[in-house]
Amino acid sequence: MRSLHAFAGGVHPLGNKNTDVLPSIHLHGFPEVELLMQQHIGPPCTCVVKPGDHVDVGTLVGRADKPMSVPVHSSISGTVKEIHYVVSANGTPVEAVRIESDFKHSINPFCRPPKVESFEDFVQMIRDSGLVGLGGAAFPTYIKVNPPKNKMPDTLIVNAAECEPYITADYRQICEHPDDIIDGILEVMKWLEIPKTIIGVEDNKPLVTRIFSHEIKKRVYKTGKHPDIEVKTLKTIYPQGAEKMLIYTLTGRKVPPGKLPIDVHTLVMNVSTLRFIGLYLKEGIPLTRKRMTLDGSALNTPGNFIVPIGARIEHIIEAAGGTREEPKKIIMGGAMMGVALDRIDHGIIKANNAILVFGSEETTLPPESPCIRCARCVNSCPMDLIPCGIDKATRLRDTEMLEKYHVMDCIECGCCTYACPSKRFLTQSIKNGKVMVRAERARIKKEQELLAASQQKGGSSPS
Amino acid sequence: MKLQVSHSPHVRDKATTASIMRDVIIALLPATFAGWYFFGIRAMIITFVSIAACVGFEYICRRVMKRNNTISDLSAVVTGLLLAMNLPVSIPLYMVIVGAAFAIVVVKQMFGGLGNNFVNPAIAARIFMVIAYPKAMTSWTIRTGSWLSLRSVAAVSSATPLTMIHTSEAPSMWDLFIGNKAGCIGEVCILALLIGALYLILRHVIRPWIPLAFIGTFFVLSFLFGHNNVFNFTGDLTTLTGWSDLFYESCYMICSGGLVLGAFFMATDYVTSPLTTKGKLLFGMGCGILTFLIRYYGNLAEGVSFSIILMNILTPHIDDWTMGKPFGEVKENVKA
Repeated sequence: MRSLHAFAGGVHPLGNKNTDVLPSIHLHGFPEVELLMQQHIGPPCTCVVKPGDHVDVGTLVGRADKPMSVPVHSSISGTVKEIHYVVSANGTPVEAVRIESDFKHSINPFCRPPKVESFEDFVQMIRDSGLVGLGGAAFPTYIKVNPPKNKMPDTLIVNAAECEPYITADYRQICEHPDDIIDGILEVMKWLEIPKTIIGVEDNKPLVTRIFSHEIKKRVYKTGKHPDIEVKTLKTIYPQGAEKMLIYTLTGRKVPPGKLPIDVHTLVMNVSTLRFIGLYLKEGIPLTRKRMTLDGSALNTPGNFIVPIGARIEHIIEAAGGTREEPKKIIMGGAMMGVALDRIDHGIIKANNAILVFGSEETTLPPESPCIRCARCVNSCPMDLIPCGIDKATRLRDTEMLEKYHVMDCIECGCCTYACPSKRFLTQSIKNGKVMVRAERARIKKEQELLAASQQKGGSSPS
Repeated sequence: MKLQVSHSPHVRDKATTASIMRDVIIALLPATFAGWYFFGIRAMIITFVSIAACVGFEYICRRVMKRNNTISDLSAVVTGLLLAMNLPVSIPLYMVIVGAAFAIVVVKQMFGGLGNNFVNPAIAARIFMVIAYPKAMTSWTIRTGSWLSLRSVAAVSSATPLTMIHTSEAPSMWDLFIGNKAGCIGEVCILALLIGALYLILRHVIRPWIPLAFIGTFFVLSFLFGHNNVFNFTGDLTTLTGWSDLFYESCYMICSGGLVLGAFFMATDYVTSPLTTKGKLLFGMGCGILTFLIRYYGNLAEGVSFSIILMNILTPHIDDWTMGKPFGEVKENVKA
C-alpha cells in the first residue's frame, strides 16, 4: 500500500515462518513450574505464598503493591515447594516460587468473569488479570490503558506485524481466536473512548487480513453497526512491528526519543494482549498460559504450543517432542532480539513468545573483522543512527562521542548487526555504550549535586 | 549440554567483507579484459604483477606485525587490480612493485590495515608514482603490433585524449567510449566500466550517489564554464548536430581520462567515503568541482585522483557535518 509512510532502514531476514500452518497444541502435565516475581518492566511483586501452601490455577502468588508492578498467578495446581532467588534469563537475580504439580489442573474457585462498570473497574480488572504487553516488552498493560488525562489516545494500533523471523504465535492466535481479539479491541475502544482502531499486518500474512475483515463483517451483521476498525497491510520488513516504526507507518506520527506512544496520542497493543482481554472478560482466569512458537533445526516437531507460565524450558522442549540433535544454542524470544540462554531450566515468563532451539546448522558465530565503513548499518538503522560510529565510540570509551551519536535512542532491534558484513557485534557494543553513558550521566549529576551542596554551605570550593 | 551464548541478533546476513570485495573484483573484470584487449599481453602481466605484489606485501606486513592474516578478505586483490588499472601499459614492472608496496605497506598497513586507511591505497600509490616517475606515468601508448607482442606496445607514444582534445588527432567519441584510445589500462573502456558499475549498483554493493554527484557536477561545470561552454556556444540549436555540439565537450571530457573509473570504483571506496547519503552527495560534488578545476585551470592533465584523495581527507569532516537527526528527534529535543 503506497499511501503508508515507510520508515527508513530495516532489513529482510529470512522469514522462516515454518510453523504458521500448525494449529496450536496445549501442553499439560508439567511436573513443576518456577514463577518469577518480576515478569514485567517495573518493580517485582511481593510473594504471598509460603512453602507447603496449596495453590490452584489462578491463585495469586505475587501481589503487586508497587506502582508499575503486575501480580503473578499460579499457572498449575499443586504445592508450593520453595521460594528462592534465581538468575533470570537476562542475568538479574529474581525471587522465584517453585510449585510442584498435583496434575489435577483445578482452577481457583474465585476465578470468575469480572464485572466492569466503569473505566476505573476496567483498569483494575486489567491489573488484577496480571496482564503485561505480550508482544515481548512486558510493559504493564494497566499503565498503558490508564494514560494521563491530558494525553488520551485517539487511535488504537493493533500490532499484528510479527516481524521477527520464526515466530508465528501471534499468527496462530489470530487464526484461532479472531473473535476474542475483536472483543478485546472493542472493550479497549469502549472504556478509553478511542474512536479509531488500525490493525497493522505485514503483507506476508494475507490470511490475517482476510480473517480480520471477515470478523469485522460478522460484527456488522450481529450489531448492525460498523466498528471503526481498519485493517492495513504493511510492507514485510524487519522491524515493522517495533512500536515506533509501526506508529509511523500507520499514522505518520513520530514518537520522539525517550517518549511513549501515548505522547503522540496513540495506544499500541499486541494482538495476543487484546485476545487475553477479550478472554479474561469471558472466563476470568488470570494470565497463566502463554502461546509460544518452538522452532529450530534441533527440534523434532516445531510448532506452536500453549504452555503454563513458569514451565521450565527443558520440560517444554521435552513435552513438545524433544530434540533430534544436541542443541547448540537456545534462544528465549526471537532470532533478532531474543536472549541466548546458558542453561535450560529457566521458567518461561509472560512475555516469552518463542523458544528457538538451534542445531549446528543455524548456530554460527563468525569472527569480527575490521569495520570497512560500508554504511550498511547506517542504511539499515530504523532510528537513523550511525551504528558503526557508536561502536567505535564505545570501544574508545568516549561518552562525549556516544552522546553526539545519540546512543540512547537505539531500540536494539539488531538490524545493524544483522546487516554488518564484517560481522561486528554492533548491537552489543551499543548496549555497552548505553551503560557507559548512563554511568557518566550519573557521575556528572552527583558531581553537580556535590558542588551545589558545597556552594550552599558557603565554604570554599572543593579542591 | 554446551550452549553458545551470544548477543542478539542470532541470524546474520550472508554478505561478508570478502563477498563484497569479490563483487568489486567481478565488476572490475569487464574493464580489465577490455584493457588487456586494447593494450596487449603486457597489460595482463602488469595486472598480475600488481595483484601479486599487493597480496604479497599484505601477507609480509601482517607477518612482520604479528597480526592475523587478512589475505582472504580480498581487499589486497582489489587494491592491486585498481592500481594496475590506473597505470599506463608501458610502465616498467619494478615501478609497479614499488607502487604496490606504497599502497599496501605505507598507506594501508601502517595506518592499521583494512578500514583504517584514511585515503584510498590505490589512488595514493598512483599519485606517489606520478610524482616519483613522472615520465613513465604519463607516456601512454597504443598497441600497434600483435596482441602477444611485448615490444610493440612501447613503439608509439601518444598523448591521452585529455591533452589533445583540441587537436585533429583526437579520437572520435565512439572510440573514446569503447576504449580504442591511449590511456591507463583500466580506464579506457567506458562501456565496460559502466557494465561493472551497473553490476555493483544492482548488487547493492555501492549506492549511485557519489558517482552521480561526481559526474553530474563535473558535467554541469564543464558545460557552463568549459572551453566551448554554453555561453560562447555558436552552433545552431535547431538541428540535432547543433545539440550534440552543445554537449560534445562535456561528454568528451567525462569519457576521457579516469573520470568514470574514478567515480564508480575509487570514489565509492567504503573506507574513505562518507557514510550518509547527504555526505555521499557532498563528497561526489567536491570531487567533481576539484576535478574540473584541476583539468581546466591546473597544469595537470588528469585531476581525478587528486580530487578523490583530497575529498578522502575531508571525509571525517563531511561525516561530522552530515550526521542526521535520529528518527523522531525534533529540534527542541536536541541538546545544544
